[in-house]
Amino acid sequence: MRDKTMSLADVSQQIESGMTIGIGGWGSRRKPMALVRELLRTDVKDLTVVSFGGPDVGLLCAAGRVRRVVYGFVSLDSIPLDPHFRAARENGSVATSEYDEGMFVAALRAGASRLSFLPTRAGLESDVMAMNPELRTVASPYDDDVYVAVPGIRLDVSLIHLNRGDIHGNGQYLGPDPYFDDLFAMAADRCYLSVERMVDTAELTTAAPVQSLLVSRLFVTGVVEAPGGAHFTSCEPDYGRDEPFQAAYARAARDERSWREFTERFLAVDEAGYQGAVEGLRASTAAAGGNT
Amino acid sequence: MTTGPSRAEICAVACADAWRGAGEVLAHAVGTIPAVGVRLARLTHSPDLVLSDGEAFLMSDPPPLGRTAAAGGTIEGWVPFRRIFDILSSGRRHSMMGASQVDQYGNQNISAIGDWRRPERALIGVRGAPGNTVNHRTDYWVARHTARVFVPAVDVVSGVGNDRARAHTSTSLRFHNLGVVISNLGVFDYDDKGRMRIRSLHPGVSADEVAANTGFELDASAAVTTRLPDDRELELIRTVIDPTASRDREVPG
Repeated sequence: MRDKTMSLADVSQQIESGMTIGIGGWGSRRKPMALVRELLRTDVKDLTVVSFGGPDVGLLCAAGRVRRVVYGFVSLDSIPLDPHFRAARENGSVATSEYDEGMFVAALRAGASRLSFLPTRAGLESDVMAMNPELRTVASPYDDDVYVAVPGIRLDVSLIHLNRGDIHGNGQYLGPDPYFDDLFAMAADRCYLSVERMVDTAELTTAAPVQSLLVSRLFVTGVVEAPGGAHFTSCEPDYGRDEPFQAAYARAARDERSWREFTERFLAVDEAGYQGAVEGLRASTAAAGGNT
Repeated sequence: MTTGPSRAEICAVACADAWRGAGEVLAHAVGTIPAVGVRLARLTHSPDLVLSDGEAFLMSDPPPLGRTAAAGGTIEGWVPFRRIFDILSSGRRHSMMGASQVDQYGNQNISAIGDWRRPERALIGVRGAPGNTVNHRTDYWVARHTARVFVPAVDVVSGVGNDRARAHTSTSLRFHNLGVVISNLGVFDYDDKGRMRIRSLHPGVSADEVAANTGFELDASAAVTTRLPDDRELELIRTVIDPTASRDREVPG
């Protein structure tokens, strides 16, 4: 079996301007943030981002890397709206394909199965049809139903983050929810997986049930060990969401100066620099005596 | 001595009553007072309701407000997000969602204010509203009833209203089922033509006050007064379900 180990930079070099990129996780939960941060260190642009969106979408929009976002929602969970995506939507700097969440899943499932569409009831008579005029309906060949024919989405690249993995690209989640990371892997021509910790293959099933093996190496092109790689989103049970940091991220969006300071401190550095700056913020907050 | 019911408690009981008779379905509640209401329903008249912790678990006893299975309690099922979409398609679900805008026919908007191409104010996105409304019963909760929420026409139809569902020509919309809209002022349902009307006004609220805060005509001719919580319901709300009174932050006074 091949060793598919890569570095963060190896992955970002595989991504080109104009690509359609799927990003796993859900809202502000288990997002492949280290891979997203690495992408921000390149000069790729004009991306189509397909995501149950969270700060992944916000960061890429803030950096001007996005041409279109395909989504059912973009939220930070404990903060309802991502301020950068909200700004991008309000100033018209990104195009949007806003779907019902179930339609979004149908699009991924169709893409993963190499189907041109999958039928669903969701979307009928809603303005999702008006906002996405390319959508068509399909008449049932069996009765008088009509469904939305959700077009399959194929992704050039998917980025996902899991708790454990091996060097061959087998990925394991240990938290309460797999989200849709297996679908993102299967709907992509190439999927890159980052993991909290790389372990021997045999170790994957000594500590957790086989049902936790979410993604097979069949669908993984490269794997990166990235401890803290979902920060500041949650990666249960390894760590929860860093709420003070997320709040600082959202606050920094309020004006250009704040955002420039945030960018210089946390994004204009490499991944080790980022993790160090996060530690620094945590230490100074603790020294100030609180979680204000 | 217990104090009389607050407006928030009256709203919570009205929300609970929305699930009366729902049977063994997954109850989905967005907002603090609907979350109180669904737990109250489960503990009183609707013991078959199935409740989730808001993450991936079904809980055999109502979880404390804002707490997930991680905080303890007995898990009776596993419903990661992917399974939610399977359940809603099966119809075994009953939602109470929020609404940034809702019109006379129950069209709901949570996507954007203004033209969606370049909104004045971007909201969270349509989320599951299009799918929910065509698959299972859907109610709405509005914590602050104003004419900016109850509008003549919504800017982006997220949840499908009665006019659109009735105009649909295939058989696909046969599961469309809007129940009630509950606000801090009253409880609203729909007439034979699918138009919203006042079912009940909360104690101390007049039909004129509702009319002044609603952007369309509302038939008040059948309006009664929303029922008060009974002693057991008040006890459950105050001591078991919401001891820290987070309900008062959603509907003060």
